[in-house]
Amino acid sequence: MKFKILLFTLITLPFVLCGQDLIRLSDLQKEIRAPGSVKVINFWATWCAPCVKELPFFEKVNQDNKDVQVLLISMDYDLDPNPEKVKKFIDRKKIKSKVVILAEENPNDWIDKIDKNWTGALPSTLIINPTSGKRKLVQGELKEGELEKLIDEISK
Amino acid sequence: MKNLMVLVTVALMGLAANPIKNGYEVGDVVTDFKLKNVDGKTVSLGDFKEAKGFIVIFDCNTCPMSRAYNSRIIALNKMYATQGFPVVLINPNAAEIAAEESFDEMKAHAKAHGYDFPYLYDESQETVRKFNPTNTPHTFVLNKTADGLKVAYIGAIDNNSRNGSKATKHFVDEAVNELLAGKQVTVTKTRAIGCSVKLKNS
Repeated sequence: MKFKILLFTLITLPFVLCGQDLIRLSDLQKEIRAPGSVKVINFWATWCAPCVKELPFFEKVNQDNKDVQVLLISMDYDLDPNPEKVKKFIDRKKIKSKVVILAEENPNDWIDKIDKNWTGALPSTLIINPTSGKRKLVQGELKEGELEKLIDEISK
Repeated sequence: MKNLMVLVTVALMGLAANPIKNGYEVGDVVTDFKLKNVDGKTVSLGDFKEAKGFIVIFDCNTCPMSRAYNSRIIALNKMYATQGFPVVLINPNAAEIAAEESFDEMKAHAKAHGYDFPYLYDESQETVRKFNPTNTPHTFVLNKTADGLKVAYIGAIDNNSRNGSKATKHFVDEAVNELLAGKQVTVTKTRAIGCSVKLKNS
């Protein structure tokens, strides 16, 4: 038992130390499918200017709408696997929403497993209602107020 | 008023006859274009009489993903232009949306990187809409056939954005090599993480 705890600690230590959760594709897929409240899943990167510009929209929903679960998936790993840059960015911008880094190589193998219509362009936002099964993928930048409208539509 | 009615009717008929497609797919024949190059001259694919095909890449000045692929694009042209598959770069972004994608900025970018291949500006975005690239860089390998220039591959250059030397799949190289060997392209479509294309009025 002690060995198991030690092993668990050793495996999870790098993730804890870096301070920013790394997530594997299979866990992200579980998260996407999990029952519960309406989810807003945004795919972004620190290097993506339009992504950074629209982050406040997600922060606002995260703060104002407790019925909606906001998840920001950083796609930075592709260009820079070191989570430090993302962590610093989150601290500097004082991001309150949950942020995880998708730690997977070779995007061509998994982009369509997140959404079959996703081209891989950033930013992209997936809005899901696990109860009704409704989902909507928005590829490209959101306009002011668009996110709230989409949440209303998917929540119905 | 009557003229307007005729115009609307013709426009509607046009829509019915050409259902809106989401850009070229593999196997489609592409229409040639006439676009302004960074050297001030106009470039058409038809100008390349000796070409066996093209590596058309939608790419821009500022996208970090594009920057990561810059030297790899130059290397592709070095490798394949002499074999009949020159690289042709087109900037799909509207300068109205992103000022740093203007024609002047493109000229500076091409000069700074020593591009020895066309880097084209599509002011009307007509060509961009026909190809409908979704992110930069986005590659279309075209193959010259009796029917015209056919799309043989759409997608990423390789499977490692960070480091080309660590890529285990070189999609564009593999596609062009297969075409040069007179074979069918095995992997015809791939996806990659990239910067979304900035179209006018969208």
